Amino acid sequence: MTQHTTPQRLMTGAEIFVRSLIEENVEIVFGYPGGAVIGIYDALHDISDIKHILTRHEQGAVHAAEGYAKATGKPGIALVTSGPGATNTVTGIADAYLDSIPLIVFTGQVSLKLIGNDAFQEADIVGITRPITKHNYLVRDVNELASTIKEAFYVATTGRPGPVLVDLPKDVMASKTQFSYPQTVKMRSYQPHAEGHQKQLTKAIELIAKAKRPVLYVGGGTILSNASEELKKFAHKTCIPVTTTLHGLGSFPENDELSLGMLGMHGTWYSNTAVHYSDLLIAVGARFDDRVTGNTETFAPEAKKIHIDIDPSNISKNVKVDVPIVGDVKKILQQLLPSVTTLETKDWLQTIKNWKEEHPLRYKNGKYIRMQHVIRKISEITNGNAVIVSDVGQHQMWTAQFFKYILPRTHLTSGGLGTMGFSLPAAMGAAFGRKDLPVVSLSGDGGIQMNIQELATIREHNVPVKIIILNNGYLGMVRQWQQLFWRKRYSHVEMSSPDFVKLADAYDIPGFRATLTNEVDDVLEKVFSTTGPVLAEFRVVKEDNVYPMIPAGQSYNEIMDVPEKELEGLENESTEELELMTVTKG
Amino acid sequence: MEATQLNAESTQRKHTISILLENKFGALNRVAGMFSAKGYNLESITVGPTEDPSVSRMTIVTRGDDAIIEQIIKQLNKLIDTLKVVDLTYDSYMERELALIKLGTTTENRPEIMQIVEIFQAKIIDISHRTVTVEATGSGQKVDAIVKMLKPFHIKEIARTGRVALKREFVGEV
Ligand SMILES: Cc1ncc(C[n+]2csc(CCOP(=O)(O)OP(=O)(O)O)c2C)c(N)n1
Ligand SMILES: [Mg+2]
Repeated sequence: MTQHTTPQRLMTGAEIFVRSLIEENVEIVFGYPGGAVIGIYDALHDISDIKHILTRHEQGAVHAAEGYAKATGKPGIALVTSGPGATNTVTGIADAYLDSIPLIVFTGQVSLKLIGNDAFQEADIVGITRPITKHNYLVRDVNELASTIKEAFYVATTGRPGPVLVDLPKDVMASKTQFSYPQTVKMRSYQPHAEGHQKQLTKAIELIAKAKRPVLYVGGGTILSNASEELKKFAHKTCIPVTTTLHGLGSFPENDELSLGMLGMHGTWYSNTAVHYSDLLIAVGARFDDRVTGNTETFAPEAKKIHIDIDPSNISKNVKVDVPIVGDVKKILQQLLPSVTTLETKDWLQTIKNWKEEHPLRYKNGKYIRMQHVIRKISEITNGNAVIVSDVGQHQMWTAQFFKYILPRTHLTSGGLGTMGFSLPAAMGAAFGRKDLPVVSLSGDGGIQMNIQELATIREHNVPVKIIILNNGYLGMVRQWQQLFWRKRYSHVEMSSPDFVKLADAYDIPGFRATLTNEVDDVLEKVFSTTGPVLAEFRVVKEDNVYPMIPAGQSYNEIMDVPEKELEGLENESTEELELMTVTKG
Repeated sequence: MEATQLNAESTQRKHTISILLENKFGALNRVAGMFSAKGYNLESITVGPTEDPSVSRMTIVTRGDDAIIEQIIKQLNKLIDTLKVVDLTYDSYMERELALIKLGTTTENRPEIMQIVEIFQAKIIDISHRTVTVEATGSGQKVDAIVKMLKPFHIKEIARTGRVALKREFVGEV
């Protein structure tokens, strides 16, 4: 079922590979060469249509491709050699798999006749990545190369997106054939469907019409399907408040009155409360992840549930729902919009407003810097107009809480796998794709050191990433759990770090540091007025905890808001200087 | 028997699932790998070609409650190479398994073995002074039964296939 362009002269597999990427409008590839891909790198050498970025580690290449993909909506491309090059991509691929990021990872492989021989730099990367890719391929014949690449792009970017790996044996890439790139792809075994079933839509419309205390629970699927406009229309037309997951942040503007901010383990008090008391929960491109539901038995106990998701296997996986609608979020919202009406939710919204006033996000500002403060300041400086890329840990949760997201594709984080070391390379990838907004990388002192080698790549290409290190001297999130649930036995979580400002200097990147709260504004001023890459380290209070918190696997009833005790000041803090700061979403 | 116990038992049941897949490299691995990755029970798995050489048929016997079986079917459908998944359990279907059973024999017990073989419409396919090898085909239950009947004799070795199954076309009493 494929049409072909006019055949041309014979080309090597390597040339076909490069031409295929051009056909797919690939503008950037993140990669790292080696013996098995030396022929491909030779073919790339003269190509000006594709920019190749040499990262300093293959993990960095995959995270950069993820960041690029998340920030732009286009697929991210990584190219690495066989064996260790391929195995170094595994964490990034697993990350993309759990977060549904469209990636195509090309790995070199030893020649076909050597496969299985424990050849030099051989690894069965197709076997290794089978459970962490949406699909993967070993190309065994140069005549199948172009169609396999076409299929790989199609699979990665359609339906529920995900990473696809294509393994390229060295001899296949050296053999020759005619190049013709298929214009269309049709797979009898894979036909994602976009539109929702009419019967289900009708049931959903009936449930919505009856709701008194509805909540929209919006996940990353809404951003993946570019459905923010439809979501806004839907929420405004129906007057239903919106809470988002970690990956949903940005799908609905957090300065909109209907916004409740994030829900879940570290969600806002009022979003979790609203969900708990709701009588209708509309899950939109979200998957009832355990970090959202806690104990599934007691999650939103009074609510009827509608679940919109492109992946049928997400339906009734964790939580039984009343009305599942399988399909693309954008399409389904478009299908629903004409039939929904304005609901009488005034009382419900007033109740939520009171909750917001009683339980805002809050911290007390004192002499020593709190991470919440730095993030709130960045939010104010950029007014939400920035791509924020967090790492994993306490700072990640505060970044989700204290920044007000107003645009889709501006909050990038490793949510599913929780990969420390994601932020720096992902921010770099995002900055290659998005020249319209400043890109801010936020990491802890732990995570930054997991892919710090990418500072060299950032320097080399003068990538304008604003690198923020929130240094609490701890693997903070683990320390928090040890404090709260392991009798404060701090086992291997305290950590020394290099002088990050000197380190920045070694990489020829301007570096700044703030150790006191009254230095924060000045340092951020410098960060945001620097044009190229810039790094700032904030030495923050060591033993601060993220609240609200619903402990893992627990019910809403166990929610802990910021304890008054902690608001009164942390270690070494003179209480008179403290000033209560609050942030409310919506 | 207590009602609750009955219910608990009835929720877990054996399912025979038939899958048509693109006949591509690694397809069996993808299916078996999915079962182990998700921790699903896998009692037997068979794979072979179909009338169309580009398509393989896999037959899986698994066990689980309705929610698990629903997930298994969805996960099977999610595999990119899957063409069709049918849970035959609620349909009328034909199933066959095959077993080769090698028995240590004596002249005295040979007639009795032959009798059992005949009753089950099985076959003796190899014979030596001290052994006979029986080929038995039929439903899993029938193969279980003949194995059980032959247990008292000296079973030296058994090789059993997994299950193959197809939906019945005949409607009405069978
Ligand atoms: C690669 C990896 N290893 C371990 C963990 C477990 N982990 C989760 S949060 C965390 C602490 C992170 O510390 P830091 O980067 O300093 O951030 P903070 O929590 O202090 O803000 C750790 C070790 C992880 N998520 N990823
Ligand atoms: Mg830390």
